[in-house]
Amino acid sequence: MNVPFYEKLWMWASGVLIVAFVVTIVAGLAGSALQPPSHVETIDPTKVWNDPRFKQRGVTTTDHGATVVLIAMMFAFQPAEIRVSAGKPVTFRLTSADVIHGFSIVGTNGNTMVVPGYVSQFTTVFRTPGEYLIVCNEYCGLSHHLMSAKLIVEGGAQR
Amino acid sequence: MTRIDRAPGEVPTASHAAPRNLQSLALAHLWVAILAFGVAAAMALMQSLSRASLDLPWRSARMYYLSVTAHGVLMALVFTTFFIMAFGYVVASRTLGREAGPRGLAWTGYWLALVGTLATAGTILAGKASVLYTFYPPLKAHPLFYIGLALVVVGSWCWSAVMLLSYRTWRRANPEAPTPLAMHGMLATVLIWLIATIGVAAEDLIQLIPWSLGLVPTIDPVLARMLFWYFGHPLVYFWLLPAYVIWYTLLPQVAGGKLFSDPLARLVFVMFILFSAPVGFHHQFMDPGVSAGWKLLHTFLTFAILFPSFVTAFTITASMELAGRARGATGWLDWIGKLPWRDPLFSSIALSMILFAIGGIGGAINASFGMNAVVHNTAFIQGHFHLTVGSAVALTFMGAAYFLVPRLSGRELELGLLARVQPYLWFIGMLLFSISNHITGLMGMPRRIYEAGYGGSAVAEAWRGWTGLSAVGGVFLFTSAGFFMLVMLGTAWGGRRRDFDPVVWAQPLHPAPTRRTLFDRYGLWAAIAILLVIVAYAYPLWAHLRMARFGSPGFSPF
Repeated sequence: MNVPFYEKLWMWASGVLIVAFVVTIVAGLAGSALQPPSHVETIDPTKVWNDPRFKQRGVTTTDHGATVVLIAMMFAFQPAEIRVSAGKPVTFRLTSADVIHGFSIVGTNGNTMVVPGYVSQFTTVFRTPGEYLIVCNEYCGLSHHLMSAKLIVEGGAQR
Repeated sequence: MTRIDRAPGEVPTASHAAPRNLQSLALAHLWVAILAFGVAAAMALMQSLSRASLDLPWRSARMYYLSVTAHGVLMALVFTTFFIMAFGYVVASRTLGREAGPRGLAWTGYWLALVGTLATAGTILAGKASVLYTFYPPLKAHPLFYIGLALVVVGSWCWSAVMLLSYRTWRRANPEAPTPLAMHGMLATVLIWLIATIGVAAEDLIQLIPWSLGLVPTIDPVLARMLFWYFGHPLVYFWLLPAYVIWYTLLPQVAGGKLFSDPLARLVFVMFILFSAPVGFHHQFMDPGVSAGWKLLHTFLTFAILFPSFVTAFTITASMELAGRARGATGWLDWIGKLPWRDPLFSSIALSMILFAIGGIGGAINASFGMNAVVHNTAFIQGHFHLTVGSAVALTFMGAAYFLVPRLSGRELELGLLARVQPYLWFIGMLLFSISNHITGLMGMPRRIYEAGYGGSAVAEAWRGWTGLSAVGGVFLFTSAGFFMLVMLGTAWGGRRRDFDPVVWAQPLHPAPTRRTLFDRYGLWAAIAILLVIVAYAYPLWAHLRMARFGSPGFSPF
């Protein structure tokens, strides 16, 4: 195949750019374990309220950080207000009582789908104290745009 | 466009008579596409105004989510599929020098897809299927919604078969000739479509239809999402490749130049056959139930598929430069000014390429394993795909409609001034709409919301100016779509009779190969593509199916 010089140059440059993209992803993964929430755990979606894993909802704090257990439902998060400390790892565990929901902490990279029959889990650290808006970002019915919650990150924790 | 004059009553010559049957077949498909576009575009205005909290008559959450569903289904699934089927028949008959395949099968496909469209659109408009065009269970629509979609897919399979049979007949008569470039691109489109639709057909027939009919009580939403996105990403290339065919094989001719490189165009289409399908998990980065390692593999394959689009950007721009120089340009950049910016096909494509360049960068962000968390399901996504499918594809198709409808219907294009202005309005509207949505997306605004107020939240308050700008973009887009519809309807009703011009395909700068090459080995490419699909999907699917899972009952909160 006879490829003109400038196009050959362009193709090499494109190749290098694509490799660079992939390298940044691998570097993020290797350096800061930057990976999407990919927890694999199932649950009976018709019995979430009585499941031992979700019976006790809200924040559990230990010395190492906090675990937040939440149920998403049409059209609210249960609980609707969460308080955690800044600078400490927070592990979110969520499931849905009905349809698919989204869980997005606006202004952070805390974002996961919440799918009935499955448990979503991810861990993150909030550096900046303040009040954050949590929104459902997957269409779940006519009041989807009203489905939100509040996250309060309290300062004063040692970094 | 040159007009070939003919004495009144003169019998059309044989070369005109041959594609007559095809004219009606292609036109029938084209008109379904155009009408679906018109209905879908009319609904979009209300959506962009609604997010800016502008109160309009009939504005309600029920109406909003109903219309988002209708807009998505009619634009992304009906307008595109019917346009591509029409264009496929034009390409097959006008490059292979014979009528496309078995006509009975072609018309069967048309009617199946049309009946399916009416069933699906009917359930949506009746308010019984506000599940959006992604129809993720356990949101449950009326069974006719899913049955209609299945009919559309089966109809498109008939089209695929006609395309492949046309090629086989031609190949038997021309064992050594290279496939005409436009047909090469459409065959790639057909192969990608056949591989992709296995996923949505399985989801629809095995999961959704029995469940919506009440034959099975529950459904696995993650399995449904795996099958949907196995289909959903190659679907993107099913839309895009016919646009690329138009860019490679019509644009250089319309611009007054030649195609810069024929073999690289062939390489591009082959690469799409290979890498279109094994990438679906990059739509499921935020999903539980799918492990991170498989998501990473799909990420790498996704980045491989940027390459053919980079090559396309160079080849098409170089072809435009050739055209500008053929028109007398001598300096570094003055060739740009020499191009036929008043020709609606040319301006549609050139403007859609600029928008697609922005959309492509956004796409690389979406596909980034780590960065996706910042943009997933935010307004960034709707900003992104309105630049890709909504511009690179839809604007190219509109430009192509200006080119094809007169040639197929034998009528002059009416309201030419509107046609000339329309691509520019789309360009301005899409810039305003998309850029503002990218920004609100980065600020955390979710996509697909009726109202962006969140009870007066301070964060949401900051989105407000941008949602207003997005609404202004929506008004431009609505006007543009209105102009397009006026031109199309005006041409159909009032266009002066003219001759059926032939479609003239672009010539390559360097003589194309005279014998078939490795690029024409479609069986081989399809086999490698299927192998890659097996590598990317077999294990995760098998592991998923053997895991202890709990089904979900259905909900219809609309």
